[in-house]
Amino acid sequence: MESAYLIETVIKIVVILLVFSALAGIGTYFERKILAFMQRRLGPSIVGPYGLLQVAADGIKLFTKEDIIPAGVVGRIFKIAPVITAATAFMAAAAIPFLPQFTIFGYTVHPIVADINVGILYILGVMAVGLYGPLLGGMASANKYSLISAARAAAVFISYEVVTGLAILAPIMMVGSLSLIDFNEYQAGGIGNWIVWSQPVAFILFWIAAFAETGRTPFHLIANDHEIIDGFGTEYSGMRWGLFFIGEYANMFFISFVIPLLFLGGFGDGSFLGALGLLAKVAFFFFFFLWTRAAWPDVRPDQLMWLCWKVLMPVAVINVVITGLVMMF
Amino acid sequence: MSLEAFNNRNVNEGDYFLVDIEDYPTDGWGKFKRVVKRTFKGELFVGLWVVLREMIKFDIHTVQYPEEKMPIGPRYRAVHEMKRLWESDAERCIGCGLCEKICISNCIRIDTRIDENSRKEVSEYSINLGRCIYCGYCAEVCPELAITHGGEYENASDQREHFIMYEDMLTPIDKMKAGAQLEFEGFGSITPHEDERVKKTPLAY
Ligand code: SF4
Ligand code: SF4
Repeated sequence: MESAYLIETVIKIVVILLVFSALAGIGTYFERKILAFMQRRLGPSIVGPYGLLQVAADGIKLFTKEDIIPAGVVGRIFKIAPVITAATAFMAAAAIPFLPQFTIFGYTVHPIVADINVGILYILGVMAVGLYGPLLGGMASANKYSLISAARAAAVFISYEVVTGLAILAPIMMVGSLSLIDFNEYQAGGIGNWIVWSQPVAFILFWIAAFAETGRTPFHLIANDHEIIDGFGTEYSGMRWGLFFIGEYANMFFISFVIPLLFLGGFGDGSFLGALGLLAKVAFFFFFFLWTRAAWPDVRPDQLMWLCWKVLMPVAVINVVITGLVMMF
Repeated sequence: MSLEAFNNRNVNEGDYFLVDIEDYPTDGWGKFKRVVKRTFKGELFVGLWVVLREMIKFDIHTVQYPEEKMPIGPRYRAVHEMKRLWESDAERCIGCGLCEKICISNCIRIDTRIDENSRKEVSEYSINLGRCIYCGYCAEVCPELAITHGGEYENASDQREHFIMYEDMLTPIDKMKAGAQLEFEGFGSITPHEDERVKKTPLAY
């Protein structure tokens, strides 16, 4: 039993690492294609059929590029920062149930690495640690744009942690558990039971905060290409920069899993259809990340802070209070 | 769409109109009202719809460059061409040297000699394309419309000195025989209906 459990866990870890590293690459392909179509361009179309092998070409390029450590950087911290971003993104995946449990060769598989009873807290915490990637990378880079980016990363991530935490406090009060499996079971009764109907405000707040946590377009201040080059990634090259990239895209995928699991019924009753439903929801949320990038402008850092502290946080607090009052009476 | 809309710079007529911009709120209550209005107006969804509509329409405007090329205008000034006379297929260049004289980057070199029929003939003619700034002066000054600009803009080279010789610029004789020489329509060329505009030289003075 003990060794079977160990082997199962190791296999699950390897599968998640491989699948989501590959997905991060394919995610860039989809991003480029969808952005191109929305802007009436073609996107990658030369390498392979429909440009599909562009991902492989980029991967080869990243792996074979010279690994440059510029003079003047703080070497060790500079080297460890991208690893933090990628590692924390994948660590967060440990508590996410990707699919309902299924049986294969008479062996029941739970597609979650560790169903810890504080799953949500763990995911939020680990994602918050991800802040150290941009922060340390930016500060160690000896580059003023990276430094600005590091400062912005600290401000944005910490502010929006508050919104995220307060937003999901209300659903947590209703479910009475921090495990994502329990969240799923709470909503297993069908569309009518989804938490989004009873907590629409929390859903919107969490979604908005997800854009800040992943640094996607309306809140794409941390690596804002047209202001501060690539922010904390300016001095990076080759696979170290690639790790930042993988971390960012893996984060997008994981957040796209967490939102439906928390608010939109997850995989429902655990049937095959439910699993497909979860994947469809994830696909929609991932698509929405790309969609907004094509459609919306970026906000200024001060507007972002204004939005967080003067609008979203009070709304989140009011939401928690109202939820508490409704539950009390 | 016709070009008139772009050529007409008179803002008093046409489609110009003033954008209706509200005054900015100055007090706190006004600002609050503006925030609430903007929050619930749903303008963000208009932006989302516009890009989604374009994606569904799939009206792609990409020019896939090496395979497809944009048509270029007749007045475009790219690598030079040497034309032949329509009547006799002979070279138009009379070796006057005006192009060499006027070239402001000094990149044309021309040499002439007297041939066996005692006529002036171009013996050497080269343009250093690495120095040419494609100003078009040579085409404009040429009295015979011999040197003109062509449409060939893909002239990347691995050296700074990149010469083009007389034979390379000259319209090939078989192309000339097929009547396929393109007449230059750029600056300095003959305007249409030139014949009707010709006036007799007034001999009175
Ligand atoms: S285009 Fe201008 S620079 Fe080039 S050869 Fe003619 S006169 Fe000289
Ligand atoms: S190309 Fe024209 S300007 Fe130049 S030498 Fe010949 S006739 Fe004269």
